[in-house]
Amino acid sequence: MILQGIAFYVFAALLVASGVMVISARNPVHSVLFLILAFFQAAGLCLLMGAEFIAMILIIVYVGAVAVLFLFVVMMLDINFRELRKGAMEALPLGALVGLILLAELAAVLGGWIVAPNVAAIAGAPTPAFDQVSNTQALGRLMYTQYVYLFQASGIVLLIAMIGAIVLTLRHRPGVRKQNVGAQIARRREDVVAIRKVSTGEGV
Amino acid sequence: MEIGLGHYLTVSAIIFTLGVLGIFLNRKNVIIILMSIEMMLLAVNLNLVAFSTFLHDLVGQIFAMIILTVAAAEAAIGLAILVVYFRNRGSIRVEDINMMKG
Repeated sequence: MILQGIAFYVFAALLVASGVMVISARNPVHSVLFLILAFFQAAGLCLLMGAEFIAMILIIVYVGAVAVLFLFVVMMLDINFRELRKGAMEALPLGALVGLILLAELAAVLGGWIVAPNVAAIAGAPTPAFDQVSNTQALGRLMYTQYVYLFQASGIVLLIAMIGAIVLTLRHRPGVRKQNVGAQIARRREDVVAIRKVSTGEGV
Repeated sequence: MEIGLGHYLTVSAIIFTLGVLGIFLNRKNVIIILMSIEMMLLAVNLNLVAFSTFLHDLVGQIFAMIILTVAAAEAAIGLAILVVYFRNRGSIRVEDINMMKG
């Protein structure tokens, strides 16, 4: 139990610290790297809660795909970030005010909140015992049966996002020479080769 | 030192607030704004997983996975729009994004 407490506080402290660094780092590459650190800490928290599949998915999807995508874009675009950073501090009072209000509201919700006594009876899908079914197996059983349409729909969302990203960023530059396979295959010998009789000493 | 639901909810509340604050602090830089949105989605995911574990209901984790999918799609589309915008204008200042204003 004590180990769990220590692990929670370590993960939580690192998560909050790297969250602060994400929004305050001067260099956006550092921001992305701290975002990756934050995702790792969140995965650790999920592991502590026993949601091992979500933890692994967090690392694979967020760190492996989303954060690397951010890193690509930050490094690819030639942007003067120092200039973008200017005037950040003048928004601080308003931002801090909104943040404090939001935090106070969340704290009020947390403070005055109790679990209904019969909540276990109305659970949509009660968690099976850990020693019988692992978290991943239980999630799979639920996802591929009861929520299979939701699963398919999220696949369609990803497909549309992929097509959309390709359509948005694909461009045809004029004047770029590249291989035209169709034209190459469509060439016939009789169209391009002419055989002439050349008499000696005269040339064509 | 029993770690309960309240501890996890506090952490995710702090992360969500940091995300909101990040949008205010970096309102000129679209990339950091997108990262702040990712952080807010992460906080929501932590919330869902925490409730799912402590109320013994697996549906919360299914929901977290769906949110993860949408977050990945959002990041891909957002960054694609950003790249196209940078190609057209040569900058990503938020104040410059007013071409659609009539």
